[in-house]
Amino acid sequence: MHFEYTIMENDFANAGTASSAIKKTLKHLNIDANKIKRVVVAVYEAEVNAIAHAYGGTIYVDIDGEKIIVKIADKGPGIPDIALAMQEGYSTASPKVREMGFGAGMGLPNIKNNVDDLDIKTQIGVGTEITMIVKF
Amino acid sequence: MKIKDIAELLDATFVTGESHAEEEIDFGFASDLMSDVLTLKQSDRILLLTGLCNIQTIRTAEMANIEVVLFVRNKSVTNEMIEIAEEENMVLLQCKYSLFRAVGMLYSKGLSPIF
Ligand SMILES: Nc1ncnc2c1ncn2[C@@H]1O[C@H](COP(=O)(O)OP(=O)(O)OP(=O)(O)O)[C@@H](O)[C@H]1O
Ligand SMILES: [Mg+2]
Repeated sequence: MHFEYTIMENDFANAGTASSAIKKTLKHLNIDANKIKRVVVAVYEAEVNAIAHAYGGTIYVDIDGEKIIVKIADKGPGIPDIALAMQEGYSTASPKVREMGFGAGMGLPNIKNNVDDLDIKTQIGVGTEITMIVKF
Repeated sequence: MKIKDIAELLDATFVTGESHAEEEIDFGFASDLMSDVLTLKQSDRILLLTGLCNIQTIRTAEMANIEVVLFVRNKSVTNEMIEIAEEENMVLLQCKYSLFRAVGMLYSKGLSPIF
């Protein structure tokens, strides 16, 4: 199964619509509730990041009998130092993002904790591609 | 505690999900930080108490499998929030007390902390 979702720049009101759709799909497939939670928490964090720290992008979802692969590709500005960004507590979030309950620097570490495999590719001025895999 | 007993204790009103009033809640968690709520491993029978009242609160609860959310200090819930909450079968409660007071009252009545 393959799905794609567009994340619009600055579209905070719709942050979570892709994660919500993925949750419904996985429920229909009778995937274990804890696994679903791990997937959607990780995708939601990445979705919020693509709006809070980037200019939107696209989410690509592939599901087979054994796993789900989710790739979130955003339109930049890229992450200058991935190791630093992965550190709990590091955040460059704007006041607007903080007002919405985000910006504690916990998202990327939380993604890592929830998925079986995480790969982050980034290019300054071009964008960031986060690929995560959760095995069923 | 039954959801209806929580509502009664805090003089809270149901915004959505009153039909779930008889269901039991065992744990409470209070935070205005959604990144923090998203790190919870547990999700069954949790009440989230929060002063953060926006669409991200509802989405966070949805992803974290939290089915009951209590907004303190009479924060106004928007129609958009209600729409998603109803679609997800969520219970939304609203009370006038502060987060501190609401948490204190529930804790002293035996609602358990997660940590
Ligand atoms: N897609 C992205 N594009 C550019 N920078 C990013 C992206 N994702 C994360 N970052 C950078 O990495 C930092 C840490 O991200 P992380 O998700 O861990 O925390 P946060 O989003 O700031 O806060 P939280 O996730 O707790 O709400 C961000 O503040 C930002 O500087
Ligand atoms: Mg984040």
